[in-house]
Amino acid sequence: MNTTSAQVNRISTAPIPLLEVIGLTTEFHTAKGIVPANKNVSLGVERGKTLGIVGESGSGKSVLCRSILRLLPTPPAKIVNGEILFEGKDLLKLPEEDMRSIRGKDITMIFQDPMTCLNPVYRIGTQITESLRLVQHISASQAREISIDLLHQVGIPSPEKRVDNYPHQLSGGMRQRAMIAMAISSKPKLLLADEPTTALDVTIQDQILALMLDLQVQVGMSIILVSHDLGIVAETSDRVAVMYAGQVMEYAVTEAIFNQPRHPYTVGLLKSIPRMEGGDHRLIPIQGQPPNLLRLPKGCPFVDRCPVADPEVCANTPIELREIERGHYTACLFPEKVSA
Amino acid sequence: MSGIEISELAVSQKRTSNALNRIRLWPFTLKLGILIVSMVILAGICAPLLTHYDPIKGDYNDALAPPSLQHPFGTDSYGRDLFARTLYAARLDLQIGLITTYFPFLLGLIVGAIGGYFGGWIDNVLMRVVDVAIAFPFMVLIIVIMVILGPGVQNMYIAIFLLGWTMYARLARAEMLVVREQEYIQAAKALGYGHFRIIFRHAVPNILTSSIIFSMSDLVLNILLASSISFLGLGVQPPTPEWGAIITEGRDFLLQAWWISTLPGIAIIITGLGFSFIGDGLARMLGQRNIQLV
Repeated sequence: MNTTSAQVNRISTAPIPLLEVIGLTTEFHTAKGIVPANKNVSLGVERGKTLGIVGESGSGKSVLCRSILRLLPTPPAKIVNGEILFEGKDLLKLPEEDMRSIRGKDITMIFQDPMTCLNPVYRIGTQITESLRLVQHISASQAREISIDLLHQVGIPSPEKRVDNYPHQLSGGMRQRAMIAMAISSKPKLLLADEPTTALDVTIQDQILALMLDLQVQVGMSIILVSHDLGIVAETSDRVAVMYAGQVMEYAVTEAIFNQPRHPYTVGLLKSIPRMEGGDHRLIPIQGQPPNLLRLPKGCPFVDRCPVADPEVCANTPIELREIERGHYTACLFPEKVSA
Repeated sequence: MSGIEISELAVSQKRTSNALNRIRLWPFTLKLGILIVSMVILAGICAPLLTHYDPIKGDYNDALAPPSLQHPFGTDSYGRDLFARTLYAARLDLQIGLITTYFPFLLGLIVGAIGGYFGGWIDNVLMRVVDVAIAFPFMVLIIVIMVILGPGVQNMYIAIFLLGWTMYARLARAEMLVVREQEYIQAAKALGYGHFRIIFRHAVPNILTSSIIFSMSDLVLNILLASSISFLGLGVQPPTPEWGAIITEGRDFLLQAWWISTLPGIAIIITGLGFSFIGDGLARMLGQRNIQLV
């Protein structure tokens, strides 16, 4: 990494955002070379709001989530630069002990695959309240009551029976609900949802998202919703960050991303979504392939696929998020050439 | 909503089903194995009730008597009743089998789980130790350790313990490498649990299956191993009855008195079969549960 990236641009969404990621760079040191999985990522989420992170596979969305919780295995992963400010504290500087008390209490996470995210050898109820029983003195019967309450809250029918079930006795949607119950048991301030609905079918997806937004109001938590589905993000998020090859390409309020995208990659993503109106609308795919993270160009990683790029300039100028309108950030050097 | 109906059915079924019903669902081999092993255990415990002969004191007037109503297994060259010796030997042999299997089992599980979970240099160091222990011929190493420690049952336990854990460490590590990538382990980390809570409460129950199944055949092998060590004069000392030792004693009289070696040998075979059946049944039952989970 170049040494100048210490002067990172600070992006603020509100007076005091709950979580602020500033110039985060995470690398994986592999046998083939250094892979920058996150490069100079800056974004933030306000209290009680939802931040959507979209991007295709391998764009660094999940790495970002795991970096926030410091769950990446080191080695091979290494956070080489940046700050993750949670309520003003830099999580990257906290000792592991303190970090552990933040995990599962202030920040919790739900995962993509509801089939494997619950431990097959324990009953649902036991798993939901395990973290609570670790910090508070709760009797077994109180824990059971709490579990039933939480299962009821996440809309699982007949929770007093479900609480004694093992994970394999639940359907995928119900397991994801149980996982959510586990994640909100400690009333977290921030919920990281790493593609929470990808493994579910469409009708269940909708229910789970509605449930999450419902609980967000009840618990008063912020959500970072990672998805490769623009539709889901449009429905749920207040702000959206579009990621590509480990970097944030565009970052703005949801309406702005969908109505006045200012980055050619965002435009490409929007053009490749089918529309309901029908008519003579053709889907326009983005030409080419995502770049190999081992051989990124010095400049914009999207340069080879970009319709508006100036190959000379774009391939050689390091990109950085710039605020072009109030609260609307883009990494494109020529946002004025971008049209939806 | 049919999922709920089915689950309610399952719940009500669970309520009405008693322990007996659940046992009925076990694989046949598991039931058979448990039956055989419990009979061997019972024979060992009830030995004084089943025979009034002393396993150690013999009657020289009655040496090398063939099987008869009086001596169902015949007598050996010292005139000791072999039926009594075989029954009493079951006590020692089961004890040897359990101790030489499950103490190494525990150590191997802990070492393998820790190595597999943390990976990196911890894993490297632990697995190289295992490699070194496995690289030597097993029997030779056991004999060397026994010679250093001196003969005796206790030292035999120590010698087998020092080497026996390595296989369990490898098994547990291999399983742990798979389990640690499962999302429920990631979720446990995301919930802020400590490493040791994650390893021993969340991961270990999921890596036990193959070790338990392996331990059943290991137990049989360990009984045979103990017999071989006794055969070399390093393990169980005469006149203590032990199946391997009795077989050794009968070797010199194999042509005149076949029963001395053969009948305790059959006892070993039956015990071995029993444990193997349990292992097979467990593999079936636990394997089935895994398939259900996927």
